[in-house]
This record gives sequence, structure tokens and C-alpha cells, in this order.
Amino acid sequence: MQESASAPFAAAPARPAEQLRVQSPFVRTVRRLLRNRSAQVGLAIITLLVLIALFADVIAPYAYDQQIRQSGLRRRSPPCIHLLGCDRDKPQLLMGLDSNFRDLFSRVVYGSRLSLQIGFLTTGAAILIGTLLGAAAGYAGGWADNAIMRIMDVLLAFPSLLLAIAIVSVLGPGLINTLLAVAIVSIPVYARVVRASVLSVKEMDYIAASHALGASPLRILFVRILPNSLTPLIVVGTLGIATAILDAAGLSFLGLGAQPPTPEWGLMLGEERNSVFNAPHLVFFPGIAIMITVLGFNLLGDGLRDALDPRRKA
Amino acid sequence: MWRFLIRRLLLLLPVMLGILIVTFVLVRLIPGDPCKAMLGERATEEKCNAFRERFGLNDAIPIQFVRYFGSVLQGDFGTSIKNGRPVTDVLAERLPMTMELTFFATLFATAFGIALGVISAVRHNTGVDVGAMVFANIGVSMPVFWLGLMLAYIFALALKGTPFQLPPSGRLTAGTDLPSLLKVWGMEDAQGIQRFVVLLISNSVLLNSLIQGRLDVFADALRHLILPAAAVGTISLAIIARMTRGAMLDALTQDYVRVARAKGLAERAVILKHTFRNALVPIVTIIGLQVGGLLSGAVLTETVFSLPGVGTQIVDAIIARDYPVVQAFTVLIAIIFVVVNLIVDLSYAYLNPRIRVS
Repeated sequence: MQESASAPFAAAPARPAEQLRVQSPFVRTVRRLLRNRSAQVGLAIITLLVLIALFADVIAPYAYDQQIRQSGLRRRSPPCIHLLGCDRDKPQLLMGLDSNFRDLFSRVVYGSRLSLQIGFLTTGAAILIGTLLGAAAGYAGGWADNAIMRIMDVLLAFPSLLLAIAIVSVLGPGLINTLLAVAIVSIPVYARVVRASVLSVKEMDYIAASHALGASPLRILFVRILPNSLTPLIVVGTLGIATAILDAAGLSFLGLGAQPPTPEWGLMLGEERNSVFNAPHLVFFPGIAIMITVLGFNLLGDGLRDALDPRRKA
Repeated sequence: MWRFLIRRLLLLLPVMLGILIVTFVLVRLIPGDPCKAMLGERATEEKCNAFRERFGLNDAIPIQFVRYFGSVLQGDFGTSIKNGRPVTDVLAERLPMTMELTFFATLFATAFGIALGVISAVRHNTGVDVGAMVFANIGVSMPVFWLGLMLAYIFALALKGTPFQLPPSGRLTAGTDLPSLLKVWGMEDAQGIQRFVVLLISNSVLLNSLIQGRLDVFADALRHLILPAAAVGTISLAIIARMTRGAMLDALTQDYVRVARAKGLAERAVILKHTFRNALVPIVTIIGLQVGGLLSGAVLTETVFSLPGVGTQIVDAIIARDYPVVQAFTVLIAIIFVVVNLIVDLSYAYLNPRIRVS
């Protein structure tokens, strides 16, 4: 049997040396990823954001809580850019002044630090716990599945922001508590997605084949099923970073998250939401900052999805 | 299928119990004394004791829970600590607004999201696909409260005086009068479930105006819903579009699609009958998951557009530590959401027979 299977290979003509060199799946994936347009844009945005966050002290012309009081400068002054013909006697204010005479541009720059931390920390923790729970539930089935998923159902039974609001009102308002709340409420989403794809992968013929070959349940779960269930998790996970940043911003918007004078984008929007009709720049720029950050993660996720799916050509 | 349905319905019971427990415990964990919050920081111990006695806050927590559980089963959510009104009245007043908003947002998101996703997948890697996905990516990245503020700025201020001008806040144009159905139907003395249902229908401005034949009010209410629904729905629209595209692309690479094409089926049939049907499981999942997001979005958007819904009420109630109101609203929203999830699970079984067999 074995001999007959290997016979065609033995008979095949020898290939040139470079074609025989084996490319690891990881290298192949990274190459595919770097060739992907969405991933390129996403990576560029995230790299830029990380650089802005790292060098915020250098980039921001003022401290995030510094008030700029000068004659001719009003509260909520619109942006003043010298290159665009703004009076050179006035200080350059790329995004204008906020209601407390602070430079909005500096605050937005410092805000990048917070948003990146919020996204990575909360989503990382939630994915780790959610994947373990969802995989265990989907693969084990029976009472374990029921027990885990009913608990997840109870958590999922609350709209995420409402549950986060409830948790924050118990823990008390603040940034750390917001991170905890956002992480807790997003666990069930990952558990469900992983379970759903484990359920559908579990029915595939190659899993039955693995069973027939005598592979252990743990090996089947971690080597056969989970890697094939990861693609949807990565798509949902990148959206999850988005959701985490958005939920945290929402909590801050309602006054339950980061507290003044923290330069958190959601808080900045919440503080200035009544100025939207007379000083729209105060609402516009923090929102754009949130959008670009979230966009970066979404695009990278799209690219990863294409790169990780072996069935699709780059 | 029936056995599956009955089993899932039975499994709902522990979830409902879990919801009641979680809500009850969370609300009790909120720091601060509800007496001080209600009667002011300087309320005397005597007054506070009377207050706690009246609302049963002096009993042990398990006893409070059993009593609470008993009354909830009878449809009694207690009275608001803040203003003494029956909580069911507050529910009936606020819920319809949020349901209308969530309904239209879901409709908007599902219809446009699926269409955009399918078109994108079928025209994979063309200008249409790129354009749709750029839009979806931007849409999914916007904070809903920011989008709401921006839409209000654009449609109320920038487009003022054009036919596209839309109202930036409120449920109806100020001064519009729509009598309660309790009055119209002469049911002001109605009690219990009858009163609740009539109030629910009456407070849904859209239903009420249709019943009373006030098409002008109906149109006005719809106009006031456009901006909030678009703001709430856009993120979900984008998520559904992305998921639909992803699932369709997955399904399109399957062998049965090649077989369907090989046997000469029209492309339309290949896409709709063979690909879309098989792509539906993840799409339905994601739509089900969106309902929670939409309700959360409604909470934030109601704040932006000053709409008298659940969101504004629940934030107020948490700040005021109005236990009964917080509990009732959270429980009710959770139950709505659980039922939606049940429908999602049932549709899995309908869409993929392999799941219900196991």
C-alpha cells in the first residue's frame, strides 16, 4: 500500500534545487499578507498610530491639559493653520481650542495611547478566554456545552454596552473599570463564534478520518479543528478591537469611563457634544481619530483573513 | 425538529432565571445607599429606616430575591423608588420608542448589509467590490454617537432650507398632539396586562398614529426616526455586509458550486440557491448578534437625539439608584435579546440539518 502510494513520486523527474526548498506556512502567510492591499493600508495606519502614540511627547505642541490663554483666542476657537493663511500672530492650532482653552490636536495625539491600550488589552483577554470556552463547548458537546453556553447566553442576554454600563456602575466609573467591563462583556461573542465554527468543522470528513486513525480528542481539537476555525475568529477579533475601542469610547461619552482631564477620545466627544452646532470641529476631530484607529484594525483583519485562508489565492 | 424546539425552549428557563439573578445581584452591588440617593444626603436614620421598610430593603438578600421573583412571575415589577409610579407604566412608556428605533435600524442594516455583501462577493475584486468594502470599512469604524452628531449637523444645519432637511432631535415636532389610546378607547380605568398592552401600543407613536388615522403625525414620526435609525444601523449594516461577503466568498470556493455551474445552472440560481443558502449560517449568526449592538447603539443614540426611550431612562435610573426600574428594564431587554438568540439557533438547525441531528 505504502509502496504503491509513493511510486508516482519516485518516478517523477528530479526538480531544480530551489523549487524543492520548503516554504513554511508562516512565511507563506506573511508574504500573502504583505501583498494584500487591505493589510497594507491597515498595517500602515496601525504603524502610524503606534508611532504617534510612542512619540506623542514630541508630536504634540502642548501638554494635553495645558490651557492656552492669549488675547484674541476665544474658547472653542476654530482651527488656525498658518499654511492655509491663518494670521501668523496667532498660535498655530491644527484642530482648534476646546471649551477649556486646551489644544485639541495635542489632546487627540495623546488620546492615541489610550485607545491602542484599550483595544489590545481588552480584546486579547477576551479572545483568550472566549476561545477556550467556545472550543471546549463545541467539541465536548453534551452537558459541558450546555453549561458553558447557558452562562454565555446569560451574559449575551444583555446588550454589551448595557452590561458594561451595569458593571461600571458597580465597580465605579474610571478607565480601568471600563477596561474590565468591556473585556468581560466581549468574552461570549468569541465563545459563540468559536463554538459555531467548531460545530461546523467537527462535521467535516477529515475530522471523522482523524477519529478513525485513532487521534486523541485533544489532538483533534487543537491540531485539526481549532486551526480550521480560526479564520472567522480573526475576522471577528479585529472587529472586536473595534468594538472594544467603540464601547470604551461610548462609556466615556456617557461619563462613566475615563474622567476629565484624561485625553480619551470618547470623553472628548461627550464633553463637547452640545457644541456640535456652533463648534463642530470639537466633535469632528476626536470622532475621526476613533474612526481611523478602528479602520486600521478592520483593514488588517480583512487582509489576515485572505492570507490565512489556504483555499483562496492572494 | 419539534423535539429540538421543545428542548431549546426548556433550556431558556435557566437562562431567564440567570438573567433575573445577575440583574438582581448587579443592582444590589451598586455602591451607595438608595435611601441617601432618593431622600438626599442629609436624610435622617429614622426616615431611611421607614424608607427601607417600605421597599423591603431591610430583609435578607435571598428573601428579597424570592419576593422579587414571585412578583415578576405575576408581571409586577414594583413601583419606581424615584417617583412612585408602577414600573410597568414606565416600561410601557419608554419601551416602544426603543423598539421602533431598533426595528428600523435592524431593517436598514439587514436589507442594505446583505445586498451590499452579496454584490461585493459576486463582483469580487472589481471596482464595485472595492467601493462597497471601503464604505463598509468606514461604516463599521464610526462611533454611533459621533455619526449621530454628524448626521444631525449635516441634515439639520448644513442642509437647512433644502428638501433634505431633517429634524435633529425629539420624537415629534413640538406642539404635535397625539392623544393616548387609553383616552380614545375610553379605557382609562383598565388595569393589569390590558392596560400595559394598550399603553405599549399607544406609546408607539407610529402604531398609535396609524390606528387613529393621523397620517401627518405618522409621517412626522418617521421623519424624526430617519437620522437616529441610520446612525444606529450603520455599524451593523457594515458588519453584516462584511460577514455576508466573507461567507459568500467561502461558499463560492466549495465544490458544490463548481458542480452547480458545471451542470449548467444559471449564475443567478448558483448564487441564490446554492451559495447564499449555504452562506446563511454565519450571516444569521451575525445578524442575531447585532440586535444587542443595535440596542446598545439605541442607548447612546437616544442621548444624542433626545429621544424618550429605554436608554435615556436606564442611565437616569442607574444614577438615581432606582432599583426596580433598572431591574425591570434590564430584564426585559435581556429577554427580548434571548428570544432573538433562540430564533437564531432555530434557524441554524433549519439551515444546517447536520446540527439538529446531533
